Amino acid sequence: MANFYTDNPDLRHHLTHPLMRKIVELKESNFTDAEKFDYAPLDFDDAMDNYERVLEVVGELCGGLIAENAEGVDHQGASCSDGRAHYADGTVANLEACRQAGLMGMAMPRRFGGLNFPITPYIMAADIVSRADTGFENLWGLQDCAETLYEFGDEDQKARFIPRVCEGETMSMDLTEPDAGSDLQSVMLKATQKEDGTWVLNGVKRFITNGDSDIHLVLARSEEGTKDGRGLSMFIYDKRNGGVTVRRIENKMGIKGSPTCELVYKNAPAELCGSRRMGLIKYVMALMNGARLGIAAQSVGVSEIAYREALAYAKDRRQFGKAIIEFPAVAEMLAVMKAKLDASRSLLYECARYVDLYKILDDISKERPLTPEERTERKHYNHLADALTPMAKGMGSEYCNQNAYDCIQIHGGSGFMKDYACERIYRDARITSIYEGTTQLQVVAAIRHVTTGTYNSLIDEYAKTEVRPELQAIKDRLAVLTEMYNSAIAHVAEVNNPTYTDFMARRLVEMAGNIVMAYLLLLDAQRNESFTKSANVYANIAAAEVTRHAEFIRTFNVEQLDNYLVK
Amino acid sequence: MSLNIIVLAKQVPDTRNVGKDAMKADGTINRAALPAIFNPEDLNALEQALRLKDANPGSTITVLTMGLPKAAEVIREAIFRGADTGIVLTDRALGGADTLATSYSLAQAVKKIGNYDIILGGRQAIDGDTAQVGPQIAEKLGIPQVTYAEEIIGLKDGKVTVKRRLEHGIETVVAPLPCVVTVNGSAADCRPRNAKRLMKYKYAVSPSEKAALSEEKQAFVDARPYLQLNEWGAAFVEADPEQIGFPGSPTKVKNVENVVFTAKDARRIEGKDDAALEDLIKELITNHTIG
Repeated sequence: MANFYTDNPDLRHHLTHPLMRKIVELKESNFTDAEKFDYAPLDFDDAMDNYERVLEVVGELCGGLIAENAEGVDHQGASCSDGRAHYADGTVANLEACRQAGLMGMAMPRRFGGLNFPITPYIMAADIVSRADTGFENLWGLQDCAETLYEFGDEDQKARFIPRVCEGETMSMDLTEPDAGSDLQSVMLKATQKEDGTWVLNGVKRFITNGDSDIHLVLARSEEGTKDGRGLSMFIYDKRNGGVTVRRIENKMGIKGSPTCELVYKNAPAELCGSRRMGLIKYVMALMNGARLGIAAQSVGVSEIAYREALAYAKDRRQFGKAIIEFPAVAEMLAVMKAKLDASRSLLYECARYVDLYKILDDISKERPLTPEERTERKHYNHLADALTPMAKGMGSEYCNQNAYDCIQIHGGSGFMKDYACERIYRDARITSIYEGTTQLQVVAAIRHVTTGTYNSLIDEYAKTEVRPELQAIKDRLAVLTEMYNSAIAHVAEVNNPTYTDFMARRLVEMAGNIVMAYLLLLDAQRNESFTKSANVYANIAAAEVTRHAEFIRTFNVEQLDNYLVK
Repeated sequence: MSLNIIVLAKQVPDTRNVGKDAMKADGTINRAALPAIFNPEDLNALEQALRLKDANPGSTITVLTMGLPKAAEVIREAIFRGADTGIVLTDRALGGADTLATSYSLAQAVKKIGNYDIILGGRQAIDGDTAQVGPQIAEKLGIPQVTYAEEIIGLKDGKVTVKRRLEHGIETVVAPLPCVVTVNGSAADCRPRNAKRLMKYKYAVSPSEKAALSEEKQAFVDARPYLQLNEWGAAFVEADPEQIGFPGSPTKVKNVENVVFTAKDARRIEGKDDAALEDLIKELITNHTIG
């Protein structure tokens, strides 16, 4: 039976990144929990050993039970009857195994029954789970809604709900409505405060992943007469109280094990989480950022399985007297798949580490005032996390779609049949670039970091690293690409036309992404020779992409814009 | 009711993933080439024990294993999955034991544990495939045994109801406690290791493992009783030296041969007398069909 952690040394490479020492030492604040909790680590090495051991459990569970169940779950799918959603049999078994393994509430503090893991190893678990069953990653990964409860709920709410999540109750975030998808400001679900001060919810939500969960975070309009985001608040709905039914579940193209529900709220009792009017502006934004990182991890898991399936098939399938991997056209596809996989994974963990750092500092600030240096650090890391999250989600999800496409291509006609896992992977991959904000919306979130220079500050930092002589050529090349990127930014700024800037935004964000990922792989190769191949291949991809975009921007006449603005 | 459950477990070479160097030239197992694992059907037995514990709060599961000191790995693995404690029965004098000596030694250890309601073990170990140790322990303890168990359906009023998986179907039997139940590989898989238990018990050691640790680590273990695994010797379980290890093992391995079965031309032995019958038997022994 495969172990999806130990069979993939790249994961350990990212887990043991030098920045982890700082993350762990801050997270475990001098390892004082060891006095109160018998499973808390004694020191840095002990904590790292814990992460590895737990990831081995995740890897074993995923390589065994969850991967084996994936096909059956896809065939059976979730179902809906009597106002409730029902998981496929394999999903029920997977969830039970995750509960028994204590893999729910991984990132929650120990005082609420969690494992107090930093985001980085938790995200690594998500990466592994997604490789085994992409749809199941949703259900398991919704545990990170507890993060939002932890950040914004009051002590009583934390104490009541978070331990339940750690024991295995599932969560959902009820945001989308028929007329409020990408535009969440239009949410209409009505929250009414009764005379006794308690709240009830009425209305409909649509496309809710795991919508029949135990604990829901609900975005609802608490301020009558308002029309925008400032009239929305966040509520906690506890399924034990009743009031919400599942009207139907969607018949989807992929991730069929994850029920996507239409929910009807009829005087459903709920409690306010945090302050009124801050629902969308503050809490849902935080929730979405966490969820986007989760989808970035899910995407990397899909890229991984797509690459592995393609590689195995290319070695096995013989045509013209040899394995098809021996044909350069096939081998190149595999090298490119691996480079995209490695690039998106490096970006994922780079982002996860910054999320860790700012969230841990945030958490510390609830206990004691931060020092001025710590405050500066928190702001800095928060900024980097905000910049890298939409990039990791946007580009990672596009890459996993490309890898799933190439995986089928390598399978040839067989890949078009239902006989191989690749067709399921292809269908499962498709949603990653849509939900939790489409790629186009990730660009909207990322573009300001192009114009304000966040990506440049990262790139400058990466460029300071000395590399081995054999990697110097890549580094020199990336310096040239960075100049092209800067010229493109300057050009777009010079034109100074908002429509034109929007039109070029995706190109600019992708250029930044290409350069950032190429540098990250360069640094990976500097630390670990096994990444040298991918660093070289990805540098070629980045050069081709950056040049293409730069050329497009350089030669584009603003007057052409009308040709693109289809009416 | 709360139960005292004993699970018998064995650390075995992983014979399911055999490579070229799995056997030495003399036909014995090359243990160095095969990773040591938790005998698979003992894991099925552990799961049945854990389910009994889930259904009967307050129950305790003690894992008993006989082997080298490093068999403590099996105890830790069981504890990570939910067992409470464990005992490694290890002693040079126990070495070379066949199933008779093994079951005697384990039965002595069970007697030493004393208070037990049910003993669960795998049907057989993948190194020897004898399926004898469980039943022999039941005999030596003078208690009932249920073999080929697939599921413990219920336990009440001092009786356990067990579903057995037999060659041509299933059978449900009721046995009085205490009894020995040996569990089939077709039973439910064992639950995974639990993250918190893994972190809590990862430093659990047997006395001989502890001796190899630094002073600082030893003090750490000393301060935490839950990290101290039991290690018992032959004398401690009051085993008769004549009935354990080599002296207690009538089974002698005379010779181990590599046998490759190949299809040959059919051979017909004619005749109706004893001589023809003897020819037939000799032929079958020569080609290893019997014997």
